[in-house]
Amino acid sequence: MEITFKLFASLSDYLPVEARRTNALSLEVPDGSTVAALIDARSLPTRMVHLVLVNGQYIPPAQRAERHLIAGDVLAIWPPIAGG
Amino acid sequence: MAWTRKILRVNLTQGNCVSEPLNMAWAAAYLGQRGLASKYLVSEIDPKVDPLAPENKIIYATGPLTGTMASTGGRYSVITKGPLTGVIACSNSGGFFGAELKSAGWDMIIVEGKSPRPVYLHIENEQARLLSADDLWGRTVWATEGTLKKRHQDPLLRVSSIGRAGENQVLFAAIVNDLHRAAGRSGVGAVMGSKNLKAIAVRGTLGVGNIADGKAFMAAVAAGKKVLAENAVTGQGLPTYGTQVLMNVINEMGASPTRNHRDVQFEGARKISAEAMHEKRATDGRTHLVTNQACFGCTIACGRISRIDETHFSVDTKPQYWGANGGLEYEAAWALGNANGVDDLEALQYANLLCNEDGMDPISFGATVGAVMELYELGILSEDEIGLAAPFGSAEALCRLAEMTAHGEGFGKVVGQGSKRLCTRYGRPDLSMTVKGQEFPAYDGRALQGMALAYATSNRGACHLRGYMVSSEVFGIPIKTDPRETAGKPELLKAFQDATATVDSTGLCTFTTFAWTMNDIQPQIQAACEGDWSLESLLRTGERIWNLERDFNLAAGITAKDDTLPPRLLNEPCQTGASKGMVAELGKMLPEYYSLRGWTADGVPTAATRARLGL
Repeated sequence: MEITFKLFASLSDYLPVEARRTNALSLEVPDGSTVAALIDARSLPTRMVHLVLVNGQYIPPAQRAERHLIAGDVLAIWPPIAGG
Repeated sequence: MAWTRKILRVNLTQGNCVSEPLNMAWAAAYLGQRGLASKYLVSEIDPKVDPLAPENKIIYATGPLTGTMASTGGRYSVITKGPLTGVIACSNSGGFFGAELKSAGWDMIIVEGKSPRPVYLHIENEQARLLSADDLWGRTVWATEGTLKKRHQDPLLRVSSIGRAGENQVLFAAIVNDLHRAAGRSGVGAVMGSKNLKAIAVRGTLGVGNIADGKAFMAAVAAGKKVLAENAVTGQGLPTYGTQVLMNVINEMGASPTRNHRDVQFEGARKISAEAMHEKRATDGRTHLVTNQACFGCTIACGRISRIDETHFSVDTKPQYWGANGGLEYEAAWALGNANGVDDLEALQYANLLCNEDGMDPISFGATVGAVMELYELGILSEDEIGLAAPFGSAEALCRLAEMTAHGEGFGKVVGQGSKRLCTRYGRPDLSMTVKGQEFPAYDGRALQGMALAYATSNRGACHLRGYMVSSEVFGIPIKTDPRETAGKPELLKAFQDATATVDSTGLCTFTTFAWTMNDIQPQIQAACEGDWSLESLLRTGERIWNLERDFNLAAGITAKDDTLPPRLLNEPCQTGASKGMVAELGKMLPEYYSLRGWTADGVPTAATRARLGL
């Protein structure tokens, strides 16, 4: 199945160069993949995986191993950030 | 001590400057800056005074930690009755002006009356005098600052001034110091303009050495700086990406008000984000962002310094804008961009530069342009009336309206009255995205329920900085809450509002609270200031300040009916995003909020609450 994978701020460096100007990548992943499995597969440093959204909705750390993705989902991740 | 114990009272009508002692009993109850100056203001003016009349006063106030070695200890606030809202206005600025004022030996300046001719206030330590500003009137903030430094032959002179917007009494005119730091909101610049006061220029060489316990203070400050440095947000995220990092976050959540709050997601957000500011432009191979910048004593350094594209239509014949300059910060980028559907980063920076150059709040300006564009698309405003075509997404219209508003030309005079008066004038007050007359900042209350309550109850009209529930609902600081839930939000908001009122009264920047709790701040205040500044005392001080502001606003004429949101947020659901189908559930939160505050069902502090807080 295909999902959209987005990395922002300093996590952008973990995207292929050609994807950095959009911060987004279309990914073909096995059916039933979890959020945690995708984070592991991209080798993202744990301390930089802070804000995790699926279709704009926050996924707490404790739920990431159980949260299964479906085709068309948008998974977006940020390091610790704030502003205002 | 930390306080200098001295106030400079300036009577513009009489043309004199007098030193008077700080009321230390009030300092013990209200700390400094926002709290203490609010106490002075409400004690000295009629709450029903016309904000632009000579009888209104305007106060420039430092906090006890302003000018000290505490990280971010450079803040000052401007407190007055706001012309945009008709309620208390308190606008907070960084840069270097506040620390310089403190170093000159003054806790605050109270300005009253109206000068018969334009003047500026020149302060050199104990010496204060009013000088003619006839030659400065009609000039920009940038020209004023440069001229005064040259005139007084002092490049370290710190200047806080208004541009043409303040002179023309644009109701969202800002007071700008150090070229691009601003006491931005609620129209404090218009009050300064109404008094014919162009600028305050200050040079202080006395230092701030009157700390109650110097050794304990240094230890507390060092511990605080270590926390800021080691925190991922204040140590890395904010210096690298600035507040603009929120552009994509808030948009991905579906919480980004777009096209005058018609939508909650902007398809052009990525093009105007912090990430885009780091990328090389096709035209000149340069990045938009040049560097970050720190205010006085700040170890975070979130400020953005950018360079506009010289080939962009807005500046290709205006080399005066080509150098490195302030911006874009998130709130300005959102208001000039998403609120109008404009995704041209260079156009946003040009409009932002004009806001800095002539002293306008980019949030209220941008949001008012959003209302203009909606009225234009509905056919209520015509091209003839505005003087140009103004559909959503028009970078040309944004830039031209910024020029017209800043310079007081044509339809810009109508824009300068703000969204509420503009929408009322054209028969559609429902399209004004405001609370108590002030425009919303960059978060949609339908998607962030806690922010909906924060906007409705803010003492200075729609504002994110009176109780930044985004911190909890998005970042998880101090705890993560579901932005779509209303349960628990009144209690959390009250805690945010009270703590923020305290921090705003210290001289510190509220951004420290992304890493610091009150447990980090309290030892710094206790070491610097005489008296009891326990955690309990600090939080009670914050609550006292909040209720003092509320009392003033009630006396000024607001009622519980003003603690509301525009019908669009209450009735028109989010069309997309994680909160699709949701509206702002204010009715579920407001009664509980009043109760937690110790207010009646009509939003009035009870006698018991007043007695408990010593009001």
